[in-house]
Amino acid sequence: MKARVYVTYKDGVLDPQGQTVCRFLQSHGEERVRDVRIGKYIEFEVEDRPHDELERMLIDISDKLLANPVIESYRVELP
Amino acid sequence: MTWAVVTFPGSNCDRDSWHALGDVLGFDVKPVFHKTTTLPPCDAVVIPGGFSYGDYLRCGALAKLSPIMPAIRAFADGGGLVVGICNGFQILCEAGLLPGALVRNSHLRFVSRLVSLRVERADTAFTGGYAAGDLIDLPIAHGEGNYVADAATIVELEREHRILFRYTGPVRSDVPDGNPNGSTNAIAGIMNRRGNVMGMMPHPERATDPLISRPDGANVFHSMAAWAGLHPRLQS
Repeated sequence: MKARVYVTYKDGVLDPQGQTVCRFLQSHGEERVRDVRIGKYIEFEVEDRPHDELERMLIDISDKLLANPVIESYRVELP
Repeated sequence: MTWAVVTFPGSNCDRDSWHALGDVLGFDVKPVFHKTTTLPPCDAVVIPGGFSYGDYLRCGALAKLSPIMPAIRAFADGGGLVVGICNGFQILCEAGLLPGALVRNSHLRFVSRLVSLRVERADTAFTGGYAAGDLIDLPIAHGEGNYVADAATIVELEREHRILFRYTGPVRSDVPDGNPNGSTNAIAGIMNRRGNVMGMMPHPERATDPLISRPDGANVFHSMAAWAGLHPRLQS
């Protein structure tokens, strides 16, 4: 089964990569773009286990490793 | 004075640190590989610069889970002196031994040059050999040296005077001005509340040998040695 974790900078943390891409797009005429935030997408192949067990595991992994809670937040997705 | 210098896969300033501490300053140096779970008897631990685990995921994120880290944490908890330089600073923040985090330089470029720093206070284990307000030049070489923390943490660091080094204007005409990475309040180095763990982005170990540079960084290590002499604790 595939599980997905999305890690992004928290609101309020300056995202220089996102800002650079945003400014680039705006200066190339994409005025519809208001803001860009760049994050990480991590894919897991996991055993077929109860949904809540896997979710607990992924939250644990995200807390301990994938995201730095000082600057980042995350979202776990299971099919 | 015995120093443990930790090597992670991807560390590249471990040998600079051995050279500075051993060959230049004449201390006893014990190399430590990250896969061991104990530190040798030592007075201080250096977590050197580099790119531990290739900086994959985040700088320092994988290193903080290395087998040696519980021993370093215990050493720090016992009052031992720990200094993290560059990637070592990132690792100490990731490990929670220092507050905050280091993110991409605000201009997105890797910077490698001399910077001018102001020594904010001289009554700590890491700065005792300087005078408060001293202006020194040290090299930096990093892509993610932009220090950030939540507003409350920054207020606390300022109030408790735990910012030891700040980027400042030039003291020499060939050193450009100012904050090289966008760090909050131009923070270049901080210590923990207890005063025995410090992290800094500039490289004092690369500025110890008068043969190649002005030895402005040597006093970080002399300060720690003097402090350890006053507060001896050889811990195994």
